[in-house]
Amino acid sequence: MSVANSLTWMIGGPQGSGINSVAENFAKACIRGGLHIFANIEYHSNIKGEHSYYRLRVDSRELHSHVDWVDLLVALDKETLFGDLNKAHPTHKGHRHEVSPGGGIIYDAAFKLAPESFGRDDISLFPVPYMDLLIDSLKAFGKDRELSKYQVMVNTIALGASLGLVGYDFGLASEAIKEGFTGRKASLGDLNVSAAQHGYDYAQKMFGHNPFSIRLQRQTLGAKRMMVRGVQAVAIGKVKAGCGFQTYYPITPATDESEFLESHQEEYNMIVVQAEDEISAINMATGAAHAGLRSSTSTSGPGFSLMAEGLGWSGITEAPGPVIVLWQRAGPATGMPTRTEQADLRFALHAAHGEFPRLIIAPGDVVESFYDTFDAFNYAERYQVPVILLVDKFLASTYRDVPPFDTDGMKVDRGDILQESDLGKNPDYKRYQFTDLGISPRSRPGQKGGIFWTTGDEHDEYGHITEAADIRIRMMNKRMRKVELASQVIPDSKKATLHGPRSAPTTIVGWGSTKGAILDGMEELRASGIETNFLQIRYVNPFPTELVTRILSGSGRKIAIEGNYTAQMAGLIRETTGIAVDSKVLKFDGRPFSQNEIYEGVKDVVKDGMREVSLSHA
Amino acid sequence: MLELKSYRTQVHNDWCPGCGDFGIVNAIQMTLLEMQLEPHRVAIFSGIGCSAKTPHYINAYGFHTLHGRVLPIATGGKLANPSLTVIAVGGDGDGLGIGAGHFVNTGRRNLDFTYVLYNNGVYGLTKGQASPTLPKGLKTKSMPAPSIQEGVNPVAMAVASGYTFVARSYALDVRHLKTTLRAAIEHRGSAFVDVLQTCPTYNDINTKEWYAGEDLPSKAPRLYKLEETGYDGRVADPTVREQVNSKKGNALLKSFEWGDKIPIGIFFKMEVATFEDQLANRMPALGEKPFVEQDIYNRDVTPLLNELT
Repeated sequence: MSVANSLTWMIGGPQGSGINSVAENFAKACIRGGLHIFANIEYHSNIKGEHSYYRLRVDSRELHSHVDWVDLLVALDKETLFGDLNKAHPTHKGHRHEVSPGGGIIYDAAFKLAPESFGRDDISLFPVPYMDLLIDSLKAFGKDRELSKYQVMVNTIALGASLGLVGYDFGLASEAIKEGFTGRKASLGDLNVSAAQHGYDYAQKMFGHNPFSIRLQRQTLGAKRMMVRGVQAVAIGKVKAGCGFQTYYPITPATDESEFLESHQEEYNMIVVQAEDEISAINMATGAAHAGLRSSTSTSGPGFSLMAEGLGWSGITEAPGPVIVLWQRAGPATGMPTRTEQADLRFALHAAHGEFPRLIIAPGDVVESFYDTFDAFNYAERYQVPVILLVDKFLASTYRDVPPFDTDGMKVDRGDILQESDLGKNPDYKRYQFTDLGISPRSRPGQKGGIFWTTGDEHDEYGHITEAADIRIRMMNKRMRKVELASQVIPDSKKATLHGPRSAPTTIVGWGSTKGAILDGMEELRASGIETNFLQIRYVNPFPTELVTRILSGSGRKIAIEGNYTAQMAGLIRETTGIAVDSKVLKFDGRPFSQNEIYEGVKDVVKDGMREVSLSHA
Repeated sequence: MLELKSYRTQVHNDWCPGCGDFGIVNAIQMTLLEMQLEPHRVAIFSGIGCSAKTPHYINAYGFHTLHGRVLPIATGGKLANPSLTVIAVGGDGDGLGIGAGHFVNTGRRNLDFTYVLYNNGVYGLTKGQASPTLPKGLKTKSMPAPSIQEGVNPVAMAVASGYTFVARSYALDVRHLKTTLRAAIEHRGSAFVDVLQTCPTYNDINTKEWYAGEDLPSKAPRLYKLEETGYDGRVADPTVREQVNSKKGNALLKSFEWGDKIPIGIFFKMEVATFEDQLANRMPALGEKPFVEQDIYNRDVTPLLNELT
């Protein structure tokens, strides 16, 4: 019996073997056929050779997470199947054991593997002669003599074979493949489509008598959907917000965001500067913010460590920004540069010496990333504070399909800015004037009548240095009051969300990119009789203390789910509300939570009463 | 009408009596007046240390930043609003110790701005430790022992880093300093001015008397003006590589002259496209008006969203 439209597919190979492009083309073809996808990559910090794999989950319903089993595994090399146990320092056992019973494996027939070597009798094997098929497809273009140049195209042969096995619409895939090659490279598009076709036909011909149990079919297409990942959502949020200045120093996984912006700077008039280090990056951005341009920078933990000093300067000088996007990765120090983690929450809250206001928002998915980025710029200017967006590698690089972001009604709020006409009326302008709300209207350099001084020393209302105790107290109060103000003005609905039933025997508490896996895991839990709801905390600062207190004081068992070792959000909740969670489900192996891990983790707590569960399916 | 007091503030000045900083601030104010630059069109950026208090004493937009970070912050300010006259100031420890990476990389960009280095060989505000420019083997008043680290050569570093205007002047020769600062500000590109300066409190070696050559048998001043020797550091045609290299080579050689004779004046000057010019090539709108004066807040992102469908 065949199953329709529910597939988890994985392609694995060495870095540089082109698994990204084929996985993304497959995903695009699915979206255009009315299906939903969730696609995430795992890779080493290496340019060529180390093992990487890309997971694509396809379904007829909307998806928010991945799962740890594979229905159809595509191996471009043997390591994908058997791991690197033959190496002096093995790191993994390969993916053959992850294939679900009834699933299948596509691999190179040239490996000449005996079926027994897979150690499985519950899966189907689909050996495909990658190179022979590639040579055939090159022949039609008279390129077969340049085989070494086109060798990487075995990835497309494997994609074609996958499509053939599940019987998916080839036209949609060929369209997606062609789009990847434009201009001078257009002829490569035809070459790749031909390669995919050879793989497709081979699979249909050779394995058609015993078809693979899972089929993918086009569905009626609703409105157009985007295939988008976190770095793109944040970058487009910045464009929409009117960001005019972005700085960065190359770092995984943040750089793609800046490169996206730079590739569109001519259409939107944005200055993008590659700085000499992150110290420079944040300070350039703060300088631009003070000069009146909406500005931002983007980094990961190691870079944010260097930014701590600049963050403090932005805070005490009440700069209207920058917006700092912190794409967390597994730390400390270099940690695991290409792997995900949620361990910088406390650091974002406390980075830099002394006390000063900052806002921190932790969007849970691509859609929230777009809107939160936009809001961040409004807050930076309205409250004259640095705003940190706390995101991570998983969110950065994971694709989902969502409707195009609705930009109706999005309004830029530049805060209290002064025009020269206003300044002309006040011969005694004070940039740091004491006001009831703590916010002083600002001029920008170049404006007549708006001259101000600003300093990282404590200062008076003009911005000149002072060490007077009374002014110090008033300035501290003025600055810190701005977070209280933000707390009152920003609606609770933005700060936290209770997903699922209003009350449930078990409440899951989480933040950031675990949102998707938790939502999908809750469905699975419900199906097995475990009813939960989910409190997603989106604003780390200002923290929705009252709302969280209200929800958690009325809830039953409380489980914190976090991608770190110390349950940092659970600690923050206890600090702000006095409420302790009952159990923790944690993961700090550098890999993201899957739907089934959420299911297993919560089940362990609910059924077995575990206080702390540490997960790793990697 | 602009006058000298248009550039002064009422802020109490807490530099030591006889500090070389006074000469530099006076020269900056006189230069701004001479150039008739309106105070609100000028932004002064500083790092941390005695020199860093400069912006507070000048009536212009003033940014007193972080130790070593003056150049990145000035860069951000200048790029946001290229119509401003931007002058960055800082001490030798600020610029060549903690901020050395920024010093080099700012030179690579050739922004149209001026960087003035207050170079007195010591960390004054922390009570007289050796700065990166103090030559090896010297021990100033408060140092426990002579320095066993080499001193760096700011002029040579600036030439090597890509500053397109590199000069040296002396804080106590306000006339020369003013002329040099004016040439620096008028230069289209990154201008660096190394200002030799006395620290009467902590540097008891490179004193006013030392610069005047009072310890020399000849009693002749150590400082001499490059332009009076026929030296010409200007590159006439920057497209000719040999010419650029030979002018840079000359500047480097001259910059290492130190001891009984110390050259001041313009070591190197070349006009090439600035960072802003290159950005304006990509984004013509920037060539018309600074982005801070443009409405970039009603952007339509539909094309970006469509690209992802």
